[in-house]
Amino acid sequence: MSVGTDRAALLHDRVVAALAPAALELVDESHLHAGGKGKQSHFKLVVVAAAFEGRALLARHRLVHDAVGELLATKQLHALSIHAYTPAEWLARGEVMPQSPPCRGGSKTD
Amino acid sequence: MLDENTRKFIDHLVQNNRVLLFMKGNKTFPQCGFSGAVVEVLKRHGVDFHTVNVLQDPAIREGIKEYSSWPTIPQLYIDGEFVGGCDIVREMDANGELAQKLAAVRGDA
Repeated sequence: MSVGTDRAALLHDRVVAALAPAALELVDESHLHAGGKGKQSHFKLVVVAAAFEGRALLARHRLVHDAVGELLATKQLHALSIHAYTPAEWLARGEVMPQSPPCRGGSKTD
Repeated sequence: MLDENTRKFIDHLVQNNRVLLFMKGNKTFPQCGFSGAVVEVLKRHGVDFHTVNVLQDPAIREGIKEYSSWPTIPQLYIDGEFVGGCDIVREMDANGELAQKLAAVRGDA
């Protein structure tokens, strides 16, 4: 990570601004991926927001994509695993974060 | 980004493969954990599926993102409908929705 590319903070702030989440957990999983250690390239994002009520998974993910904007489109982020729950769903699953799959090393740059 | 020929080619793929996965690598050697996770789910459901390795075609790799309005790979289509990426497929696998969709595919086959 170089100075001025604190993507974790940027990602966090954008999601908070767009979705006013009741809970948000952002995990930097870059070290699990090829060439990713210290790069802030792979994140897991768990967002709990009332904005997801009545929306299917696709629509929820699109809301998050919109919030994150060009970070994904311009490949500043290589991977963003998204888990979007309503407050009721999050309670029902015992506030447990899902696991991400392991990297398989395919593309190291984007 | 998405030129007319690429759009037509993706249209053709989507319309002619009932279960279609745009991924990095292939069924035997996925080159991304997220792509591999979707392959594993589909194999477990025992359904025939076609894969497109986006690493072999830059036009498709970028074009499919615009085509689906979805910024990441993998992307799963079932019966011409965009289903989602790895997180959504795994969630739908866990809650039974994926089994329902794939049962419809198998039922008609």
